[in-house]
Amino acid sequence: MEVLTVKQKQYLEQPKTRISGCEAIVRCLLAEGVDILYGYPGGAIMPVYDELYKYQDKIHHVLTRHEQGATHSAQGYARISGKVGVAMATSGPGATNLITGIADAQIDSTPIVCITGQVASHLLGSDAFQETDIVGISTPVTKWNHQITKASEIPEVIAKAFYIAKSGRPGPVLIDITKDAQFEEFDFQYKKCIGVRSYIPVPKTEESSLKAAADLINAAKKPMIVWGQGIILGKAEEELKAVMEKAGIPSAWTIMGASAIPTSHPLNIGMVGMHGNYAPNVLTNECDVLIAIGMRFDDRVTGKLDEYATQAKVIHFEIDPAEIDKNVKTDVAVLGDSKESLAKLLPLLNANSHTEWHQKFKDLYAIEFEKVIKNDLHPTKGGLTMGEVLNEINTQSKGEAAIVSDVGQHQMIACRYAEFNVSKSNITSGGLGTMGFALPAAIGAKMAAPDREVVAIVGDGGYQMTIQELGTIFQTKVPVKIVVLNNEFLGMVRQWQQLFFDKRYASTEMTNPDFVAIVKGYYVEAKKVTKREELAPAIEEMMKSKEAYFLEVCVEKEDNVFPMVPSGASVSDIRLE
Amino acid sequence: MDKEINQYTVSVYTENNIGLLNRISAIFQRRHINIESMNISVSEIEGVSRFTMLVNMTEDQIKKIIGQIEKQIEVIKAYYHTDEDTIYQESCMFKIKSDLLFEERQIQNIIKESNARIVTVNKEFFVLEKSGRRNEIELLHRELSAFGIMQFVRSGRIAVTKDEMKITEMLAAFNN
Repeated sequence: MEVLTVKQKQYLEQPKTRISGCEAIVRCLLAEGVDILYGYPGGAIMPVYDELYKYQDKIHHVLTRHEQGATHSAQGYARISGKVGVAMATSGPGATNLITGIADAQIDSTPIVCITGQVASHLLGSDAFQETDIVGISTPVTKWNHQITKASEIPEVIAKAFYIAKSGRPGPVLIDITKDAQFEEFDFQYKKCIGVRSYIPVPKTEESSLKAAADLINAAKKPMIVWGQGIILGKAEEELKAVMEKAGIPSAWTIMGASAIPTSHPLNIGMVGMHGNYAPNVLTNECDVLIAIGMRFDDRVTGKLDEYATQAKVIHFEIDPAEIDKNVKTDVAVLGDSKESLAKLLPLLNANSHTEWHQKFKDLYAIEFEKVIKNDLHPTKGGLTMGEVLNEINTQSKGEAAIVSDVGQHQMIACRYAEFNVSKSNITSGGLGTMGFALPAAIGAKMAAPDREVVAIVGDGGYQMTIQELGTIFQTKVPVKIVVLNNEFLGMVRQWQQLFFDKRYASTEMTNPDFVAIVKGYYVEAKKVTKREELAPAIEEMMKSKEAYFLEVCVEKEDNVFPMVPSGASVSDIRLE
Repeated sequence: MDKEINQYTVSVYTENNIGLLNRISAIFQRRHINIESMNISVSEIEGVSRFTMLVNMTEDQIKKIIGQIEKQIEVIKAYYHTDEDTIYQESCMFKIKSDLLFEERQIQNIIKESNARIVTVNKEFFVLEKSGRRNEIELLHRELSAFGIMQFVRSGRIAVTKDEMKITEMLAAFNN
């Protein structure tokens, strides 16, 4: 069981006191160890904000400039810290603006709790001002949601919300609280939730499945691991590394699994999927045992399912039983928590090195380096590339920075080329592909981990979807570093138009404003780079800055991201050009 | 992979919770699957609700659906069964003009043979109730149609399984 801090205990051990529902909400948050939350006030949540005002020395409310920003900040906070992020909004449009972030958190298994105000219970269903059925709307995109109409429900429901959000496969929880319940007084006492009878967060790991998995791995000549975010969420980085090293298994990662194992680890063979590395994609269709750990065989990972690893025996380590056989049929399913199951697997494995098999990955990497990576990272002519910007950030951060990327070409480049020494360092919208994610997520990440360097890598399209969060940065002085890779296009869509729509660039060209001038309007330091020789000094200046810093890099307009598995193609038909 | 479409009875034991119906039906809707019938009632366990749904799909699909249903926090357990695994019934009601009961002898025979029950009779209409298999209900419907039916309604399927479901044990395990 988790250890409570002195502060949390203090709140938990308070005797029953008669307080209002809204004060109870704040006291519940404190009891759950919440120190920061993101939100936006409005009519139906005002009583809670009044309490937040009284408790402002204990809990920091960050006013974002849009409720979507609040959810993404809560996500960034959760992703870098492993703690539950909290977002708050009023009823109606405030609540509906949370939906994109909630859907993002659902598909990327991010623990967040969203609290929304609701019209008074006697007005429910009357189409009252700012009334919306947020419980109905959020149902398909939440792990759990609930509407509170009586103050006495508050402690139990909020305790349950935090428990559900962070246990098992994490996810978003939304709690909608009517205004009358916020005002109502009741005898408050908080008890942490330790279980819900209809919910089994972590299924039992069967010894027999571990044995079967170990037998397959020990007999394998060409085993390959693909790990996902389950390693990070399960805090199983060390256990995975031990398994990789003992059994000598080349190991690749999904976009959500990035940073769990350092980039420089010799058995780390790169990213799988549509814009992943050449070797792990090609050799997925050559390995004899595919060991999937904490990943869910997303279509962007598998390409054409009928031609995905059909030659291989598939072992799936997974916490969510609904993922077993969902997309790829498994030969051995090992249910349970990745940390525990990998620790139990380790002693069953024979030491191995698979040198020849590993050489194949190295050979294919050499091809990818020659055809793609060299030109991406070390171009000698033409405009600036996104890759060389990442390369420069790697050099100067020494792989210690957390990279928060948005969605599109720059995201693929960031995930492909960012070097990571530390886990929980790749914060991106993987499953939902939410443009506008990075800027607010970087705010949350930096606040949760103030000692870490947090660099947002954003495209000129996605940046303008949540550009208003510059206001949050200005007001809170949160020292995030923002790099906009500007190609004056919605680059990824343009790439598809070039490759699959005969270069008909329908609505992908952007006429952009003076980004530096806008940022300066928020009194944040800003610089624009257009030439290769300006890049390194500009990044150096950005990294040295103790405050927020904005760097616009004008990159080649029509560069493409390769390798690429075209939509509907097999992973082994990955294109290098 | 089994591509054959079968009829399955889905039984779901849940907490009695507002909104859960929405969550469960959304799982089907999102995958463009029609629910043929649905019944929600109390179960043998106090405070536990039971959903009984009838769907047509492949076994491969239904397994995934069950996984998604079980994933919902307030779902205790979900099962799928073939017709052979269950004892099942539907119920229906017919509202028919009372005159016919006296004028058409044939109707009285139909009622007798079908084991239908007269729920009420008044001057204007009488109400027939029949429980049984779908084909029995459909047969009765066809036979009565000839005379004119004022109203007809049929319930969703309800079913009990031949095998044990062990929900009580499951809940007891949580309490220990």
